[in-house]
Amino acid sequence: MRIQVDAEKCQGHNRCYALAPELFDVDDYGNAVVIGDGTVSPELIERAKLAVANCPEFAITLSE
Amino acid sequence: MTVYEPPVSIYGPVQDWATDFDHADPEYNRNAHRIWAELRGTCPVAHSDRYGGTWLPVTHETVREIAYDTENFTSRAVVVSTVVPEDPAPIGGAPPITSDPPFHHDARRLLLPPFSPKKIAEWEGEVRILCRALLDRMEAKIAAGERVDAAIDYAQHIPVNVISRMLGFPLEDDDLFRQFVHDILESINGDPEERIRSFERIDAYLLAQIEDHRANPRDDLTSYLMDVEMYGEKLPDNMVGGVILLLLVAGIDTTWSAIGSSIWHLATHDDDRRRLVADASLMTTAIEEFLRAYAPVTMARLVAQDHDFHGCPMKKDEWVLLPFPAANLDPSEFPDADRVLIDRQENRHAAFGLGIHRCLGSNLARLELRVAVEEFIARFPEFVIDGSDDDVVWSVGQIRGPRQLPVRVHRS
Repeated sequence: MRIQVDAEKCQGHNRCYALAPELFDVDDYGNAVVIGDGTVSPELIERAKLAVANCPEFAITLSE
Repeated sequence: MTVYEPPVSIYGPVQDWATDFDHADPEYNRNAHRIWAELRGTCPVAHSDRYGGTWLPVTHETVREIAYDTENFTSRAVVVSTVVPEDPAPIGGAPPITSDPPFHHDARRLLLPPFSPKKIAEWEGEVRILCRALLDRMEAKIAAGERVDAAIDYAQHIPVNVISRMLGFPLEDDDLFRQFVHDILESINGDPEERIRSFERIDAYLLAQIEDHRANPRDDLTSYLMDVEMYGEKLPDNMVGGVILLLLVAGIDTTWSAIGSSIWHLATHDDDRRRLVADASLMTTAIEEFLRAYAPVTMARLVAQDHDFHGCPMKKDEWVLLPFPAANLDPSEFPDADRVLIDRQENRHAAFGLGIHRCLGSNLARLELRVAVEEFIARFPEFVIDGSDDDVVWSVGQIRGPRQLPVRVHRS
């Protein structure tokens, strides 16, 4: 599974970075970026789903 | 110690919440959850003739749609009042909150770095020290047999202290800053002439601070704003003043309200308080749930041009309130929306707004709220409202939170 952040939609609410710092980082402006290529290891799938479900801007997607 | 009197309204008491609402009527914030729930079922976009015409959408869908629509709704004025500021779009009087695209993006970029999560995290230790000092003072009052108030003795001091230090303003002017906030955000339905005079007093203070920083530059946000360049030029003093006004006003009673509402919840829900005291791992979800259920900030827009919004004939220059707290309580978006669940896992709340105007200070607000709650319940694991809920006084206007919150602490 891979996560992606839509940079056009992200407004820097910082929910994903707080919930799953293993998967997300923030840039100098506080906007979210995925760590590495966004590959989610099996033990972090639930965290990734939480990040998706808590993003107020619907900016995060988790896909095969 | 300041306890605010409600402003004298030029409109009088509200007659009907669907057709004559007024968010500066003391009954509004006190009964906000009930009013929004009733409107959601009967009149999802209410209208009032007050303030020259004001719309109130109360569903998540309509609030979200307006927040994202910067064409039909301008941010050039964001505080509904008897005075419509003359500052034109796209800059407005307090950028970037009063700015529209494309200027908004560039002004906001100047301010995002000092409020980014990693920069704000550096403040945690200082916020904790501040909270503990305030709690020490509360303990001393309790020991002396005096009554204590979680809003007046605690919550109201936390954000004002931090933002004053960030701006490099005198900490001893905190009563004055709270007066500014009161003048701008609560005294909205009074005499328009008096409102204009209060703005002049605030402008004079801010310009004096800018002059002081020009004479004595230092490592703070004010000097940063005076030095930073936009489009190859430094910002004019009136824009620096506008940005500072935003940071000062938006950084004070918003977070103070969130802290107060959270403590109010814990004072009135023994089960939640005891669970949180016993299990610190619940703090993250609890804080987000308090932000959802008691989101303090309702924003506003002006209608940019006549248009139809879901059957509502919106006229240019009418106000539109954006009650993010009402959106957060919409059952079509949140299961068990009217219940506060401190372990809620999925919580896509809009407490900090939606779209390009996401609260610039959200990382600071969240830090202050979490540390303030952590320290309060660590010091006082058992507390209740001192008196009845009638002894709790809520703010008036777009920022909702307790202004008086007397608490009685049980000592073991």
